Amino acid sequence: MTVLCVVVGAALGAPLRFLVAHWLDGRTPWGTAAVNVVGSGLLGLFAALSLDDRGWALLGVGFCGGLTTFSAFAVQAVGLGPRRGSAYVVGTVVLSLAACAVGFAAGS
Amino acid sequence: MSRPAPRPTVVAAVAVGGALGALARWALGEAFATPGGSFPWATFGVNVVGSALLALLPAVAGVRSRPALVALLGPGVLGGFTTLSAYSEETRALLAGGHPGVALAYVVGTLLTCLAAVVVADRLSTAGDRALFAAEEGES
Repeated sequence: MTVLCVVVGAALGAPLRFLVAHWLDGRTPWGTAAVNVVGSGLLGLFAALSLDDRGWALLGVGFCGGLTTFSAFAVQAVGLGPRRGSAYVVGTVVLSLAACAVGFAAGS
Repeated sequence: MSRPAPRPTVVAAVAVGGALGALARWALGEAFATPGGSFPWATFGVNVVGSALLALLPAVAGVRSRPALVALLGPGVLGGFTTLSAYSEETRALLAGGHPGVALAYVVGTLLTCLAAVVVADRLSTAGDRALFAAEEGES
């Protein structure tokens, strides 16, 4: 059952990330940055809500895990070069951590 | 911005791949669960391996020329396998739990290791390969 929750959550989160990136990623990957920040905020919220195992598997592991991506983030950061890549990395990480803290506080 | 919508088969491939990648991440997280307050090795390993593999894909000629396969493996399997949300939440929990040193080592350690893995993996493909791969990844 937990397995099914992970599958369903990710089968929704991953294509949503793909579509947002498809429409918004340009010279700067705004779409990927947006899903990573929003997904981090949602995961902070879900962590604070103390969901049961299935709820966490569906929304946390599946949906938020599928919505966010570290692999595309890392590849894009290197592709942007030292200056713009650094700004992309720092911006994504700082905003994601802040969103996560805000999400957690909102759910506490 | 005015790109055509991706083909439904490509979106479906991302959904299937994403589910498979997330399952693998979940299984590894269960197998290598780390106690609260310690370095989240499972997520660290998943993100480093997933980032390196995504950077390696453009070097595989049989992959980069097939849009559905690029979607299945890139944004699908490897996008679903790696996670930035767990990285954020684990860091937040480490800070909230009074482990700023571990949190800093995790944030910086993950970043530097993933970026280094991508730089190394990029040496196996040409800029042209990567441009073709990125085009298949975003369009079609």
